[in-house]
Amino acid sequence: MAADNTFIQEYSIKGWDFTRAGEASCEIKNILKQIGVSQDVIRRVAIASYEAEMNVVMYARQGTMRCEIDTTKIKITIEDEGPGIADIDQAMQEGFSTATPEMREMGFGAGMGLPNIKRNSDGCEVTSVVGKGTKVAMSFNL
Amino acid sequence: MKLNHIIEKIPMRVQTPASNLSVEVTGGYISDLLSDVMAHAKKGDVWITLQIHQNTVAVATLKELAGIILINGKQPAPETIKKAEEEGVPILTSESTAFELICELCKLGISGSR
Repeated sequence: MAADNTFIQEYSIKGWDFTRAGEASCEIKNILKQIGVSQDVIRRVAIASYEAEMNVVMYARQGTMRCEIDTTKIKITIEDEGPGIADIDQAMQEGFSTATPEMREMGFGAGMGLPNIKRNSDGCEVTSVVGKGTKVAMSFNL
Repeated sequence: MKLNHIIEKIPMRVQTPASNLSVEVTGGYISDLLSDVMAHAKKGDVWITLQIHQNTVAVATLKELAGIILINGKQPAPETIKKAEEEGVPILTSESTAFELICELCKLGISGSR
């Protein structure tokens, strides 16, 4: 598919800004609804993008969420400047979390974020450099 | 069953008068873990929780939940009410425990079946 047929939208995410947390995911969801994407895909994108957005809010200084849509798939890429993840396999395990007690009290840090992203996307790749940041690239087939 | 019919039958306080109380409730989910709600709650569910902070509103919006019920007399934070009214998410408060409230909801035919 030609690149000029791709819809691209980018959102910035601020670390530790719980007042706006989830807004980027809500906006992506609204776009998908407007263009008539199926309910099942919208549901899966909403879960995965929210988890990725909250990871930036909770752990990173700042980040971006880029949403690309063409006729065959939706690609969502979240890139942050933050502490990075030393052991990605461990972070992908259900129940593993490095959340603080304060975050856990708010109902975050269940260790379900990355597993939820993996389970709900059709493709998911996590890359990270400790001390620099993390990139989560996920895709959803249309 | 519509949310305002539930409010007539079970003692609860409406914290967000500007929200849509005639929304249809098709089920319920209880959890205090936001990722758990993201993963398992369904559109039209009423969400029963102890969490009073504003991030519950984004979860309810993304999942298209019918509303949030805070239990054990918990009060929503002021910014939670503000955000909920902006997004049109109803927030109700109940003095009951989760178990008591769910028993009442079940009597009205609200089920948690997935």
